[in-house]
Amino acid sequence: MLEFIQQPWTWWVSGALISAIMFLLIFFGQSFGFSANLRTICSAAGGGKFVKFFDFNWRSQIWNLVFLIGAVLGGFIASHFLSDGNPVQISENTIADLSKLGISAPTSAQPDELFSIESLFTLKGFLILALGGIMVGFGSRYAGGCTSGHAISGLSDLQLPSLIAVIGFFIGGLLMTFVLLPLIL
Amino acid sequence: MKLLKFLVLGTLFGIVMAKSEAFSWFRIQEMFRFQAFHMYGIIGTAVTLGVIGVALIKKYNLRDVKGNPILFYPKDKSTMRYLIGGTIFGLGWALSGACPGPMVVNIGYGYIAMIVVFLFAIVGTYLYGAIKDKLPH
Repeated sequence: MLEFIQQPWTWWVSGALISAIMFLLIFFGQSFGFSANLRTICSAAGGGKFVKFFDFNWRSQIWNLVFLIGAVLGGFIASHFLSDGNPVQISENTIADLSKLGISAPTSAQPDELFSIESLFTLKGFLILALGGIMVGFGSRYAGGCTSGHAISGLSDLQLPSLIAVIGFFIGGLLMTFVLLPLIL
Repeated sequence: MKLLKFLVLGTLFGIVMAKSEAFSWFRIQEMFRFQAFHMYGIIGTAVTLGVIGVALIKKYNLRDVKGNPILFYPKDKSTMRYLIGGTIFGLGWALSGACPGPMVVNIGYGYIAMIVVFLFAIVGTYLYGAIKDKLPH
C-alpha cells in the first residue's frame, strides 16, 4: 500500500482530490482561493496603516492561513514519507527543449539551475526567483485570484471573468515560455 | 479546534500538489509547451467535477455545515483587470514554475529557494495594493 501511494499520483486521482478539497471548503463555509493569503499576510503585517487595500479584518481569514500551514506540512510529509525518490517523469520532448535552454534533465522535482542554494546566491538566480514571485503576487491580486480561485473555483461556477483570467494566465505563460525564457536563461 | 479541519485539508492539498507533481517547475514547462496531458488532466478533472458539484449545490439549494445557504457570488464584470492581471500572473507562473499554493508546498518539501519566491509574491501583492487605484480595472 505504502509503495503504491509513493508512486506519482495519476492525473484523475489528483484532479478528483482537488475538487474534493474545494467542496469540503465550501461545505465548511469558506472557499478555495490560495492567493488571498498573500493579501492577508500584508494586512496582518500592518500594511493597512499605509495602504487602504490591506485595511480589513484579516482575522476572518485565519482559516486560510491555517490551510497554508497545512500545505507546507503536506509538502514535508510528501517528501519525507511518501516519496519514491524518482525524478518527475516529464515528456522527452520537454527534456530536449529545456536542454537547449541549459536546463538539464530532472533529477528531482525542481531544476538545480534555478532552485539550488548555489543558484539562489548568484545575482541572476536571485533576480529570476524574485521577479517570478513579484509577478505571481502582483498578477494574482490584480486578476482577483490565482489557479485555485479562478481556474478551479471560478470555472466550476462557469464565471466568465475566471475564463478571461485563465486565458490571461496562458497568454503570459506562453509569452514567458517561448519568448522571454530563452532570453533570460 | 474549529481550525483543525482546515489544517487537515491544507495538508491533503500539499500532499496532492507534491504527489501529482503539479508543484514542479518541469511540469509547468511541460504544460505550457503542450507536451503532455498530465496538467490538463488534473485541472480538467477538477473543473469537470467542480461544474457538476456546483450545479447540484445550486439545484438542491444545499447548505453548509452551519446551516447557512451556500451562495456563489458573481465576480465583478470586467475584462481589463482579468486579462492584464492574468497575463502578469502567467508570466510569473511560467518563470518560477509555481503559483502561490505550490510555492509553500515546495518550501515544506525542502526547496528552500522557494522561500524567496514566496516572499517576493507577498511584495508583489503589496505593490498591487499600493498602486491599484492607478491601474485600469
